[in-house]
Amino acid sequence: MKQFVQVNSAAFTTERWYQVGRPALLMGALLLVVLATVPFWSSGLVVDKLTTLFVYILLAVMWNLLAGYAGLVSVGQQAFFGLGAYFALRLVEMGMSPYPAFFVGALGCAVIALFISVFALRFKDGEFAIAMWVTAEVIRILVMFDPIVQGETGTSLLVMNQYEPEFRRNSNFWFGLVAMAGMLGLVLWLINSRIGAAAQAIRDDEEAANSVGIRVMRVKQIIFVVAAFGCALAGAIWLASSVTFQPRTYFGVQWTVFMLFMVLVGGLRTFEGPIIGAIAFFLLQEFLGDYGVWYLSGLGVVAILFALYVPNGIWGELQQRRGLHLLPTGVRLKLMKKD
Amino acid sequence: MMTILSTPVITGSGIDKHYGAFQVLHGVDFSANKGEAVGIVGPNGAGKTTLFGVLAGATAPSAGSVIYQGEDITTTNAAQRCHAGIARTHQVPRPFLGMTVFENLLTAAQNGAGLSGDDAEKYAVHALQQADIAHLANRPTSALGLLDRKRLELARALATAPKVLLLDEIGGGLTEGELHQLIALISELKADGLTIIWIEHILHALLKVIDRLVCMSEGRVIAEGAPSDVMNNPDVMKAYLGSELEKVL
Repeated sequence: MKQFVQVNSAAFTTERWYQVGRPALLMGALLLVVLATVPFWSSGLVVDKLTTLFVYILLAVMWNLLAGYAGLVSVGQQAFFGLGAYFALRLVEMGMSPYPAFFVGALGCAVIALFISVFALRFKDGEFAIAMWVTAEVIRILVMFDPIVQGETGTSLLVMNQYEPEFRRNSNFWFGLVAMAGMLGLVLWLINSRIGAAAQAIRDDEEAANSVGIRVMRVKQIIFVVAAFGCALAGAIWLASSVTFQPRTYFGVQWTVFMLFMVLVGGLRTFEGPIIGAIAFFLLQEFLGDYGVWYLSGLGVVAILFALYVPNGIWGELQQRRGLHLLPTGVRLKLMKKD
Repeated sequence: MMTILSTPVITGSGIDKHYGAFQVLHGVDFSANKGEAVGIVGPNGAGKTTLFGVLAGATAPSAGSVIYQGEDITTTNAAQRCHAGIARTHQVPRPFLGMTVFENLLTAAQNGAGLSGDDAEKYAVHALQQADIAHLANRPTSALGLLDRKRLELARALATAPKVLLLDEIGGGLTEGELHQLIALISELKADGLTIIWIEHILHALLKVIDRLVCMSEGRVIAEGAPSDVMNNPDVMKAYLGSELEKVL
């Protein structure tokens, strides 16, 4: 047990994120409520498109949590995106209803992520990134051995056909909205919590973090598992929308490339950045997606231009140049002046 | 003056450390008693910082053991040792650059001292004031100069509520006035019962605080004892002090 010296500190107050960011939080909550009503007054196409956007936001926010806040740059997050879809498929095959299966499947991914973390988090920097890519490939191959997946052929979540198309579309939308809102809330709380502060300390200097008592492995594991859970939810929502499951598509590295793109464009290490990046990516895909290889080349060019000229991303740049802070993270100290 | 108990609070016995064929420490024996201030001097490359790493748990020794409050902690890591009450500063300051000064200290109070809520905040503010950096509380650490980073380094170690404080060249680069403040602070911490182990090249500052001096050279302890005895040791003069001795004494 530690003995503490007598603390006679001056009077002080602290200002935390939920106090400073109250207007933005209220606006965000209002926006979510409005979004929840979209299926009642908008077309099916808009509902489908927004569901896709929710998946992108989820993926971007998860990758930013991992790489931006904990310094764990992974190029293997497609492992959990694919596993989330696969577990959902398997659970439905075993008789579970689809929507509970999506959630339980994501929980299963979180458990798998905990096991993976035991070896993956022993690697650092580039080695960790590659180890995660290899892990994703190994998982893809293992999934392909499952008879119901039929190797490269894949399978479909046929049970979704039992629902009316409109009901299915709206259910996917609401499930996606709740998953996205829930994960955004969890990440916001996490990055402002003691765990989030410890993760940022590890990102900045792991040895120094250890020397001030931070349990490095445990903190990294928490972040890793939460990020895996979010990616798994995204995979399940994608499966619900597209119905078909092909290992090469779901476990493709392009998913992590998309995450990286969205976070770089939006702003690494900011809460708002990945959301903006996801919207930018979604719009690019909407307007330029039909140009095939030119679209993919364009994405690459945009990523390079941002890396060279806007390294802080859109939101990071706005924060620096305009002093814009919707949801500032961390703690501000206000010491009272002596009379 | 506080009475120094004869029981060592921390002991390193027969510590070897080698990196491949290069041996940095050769069977070093070191101890510090509760409430004692021990200075460590020696030329660059003597193995002083490596010894700190071994005591703090950042560096695993190749051989030997570390005993803290009667328990063998040789295989524990730096975080576990910090929880037990061993804190250190780094020779080159290592702040968490993505945070403010206060957030650095709050993180140390939460994780090192195991405090939460208001208690952690109070403790962080206390450390802020002890190191005289309250005016920098909300400044990003990336914007701090070297001297302020050194103060932060000390404050962050204090925020973990240590019983044993390892200071690695904390006085380097400070002005004479700042050194006086530092000496006053370290003397105060010692009076509070902290065990201080201080590596320092600024000998006049070190000698104002310490009870005992250890001199290392080429990975070995070549002298230890009362500061004046160590200073007058011919081996120490040859290895480290040289003409500096006359200036100090």
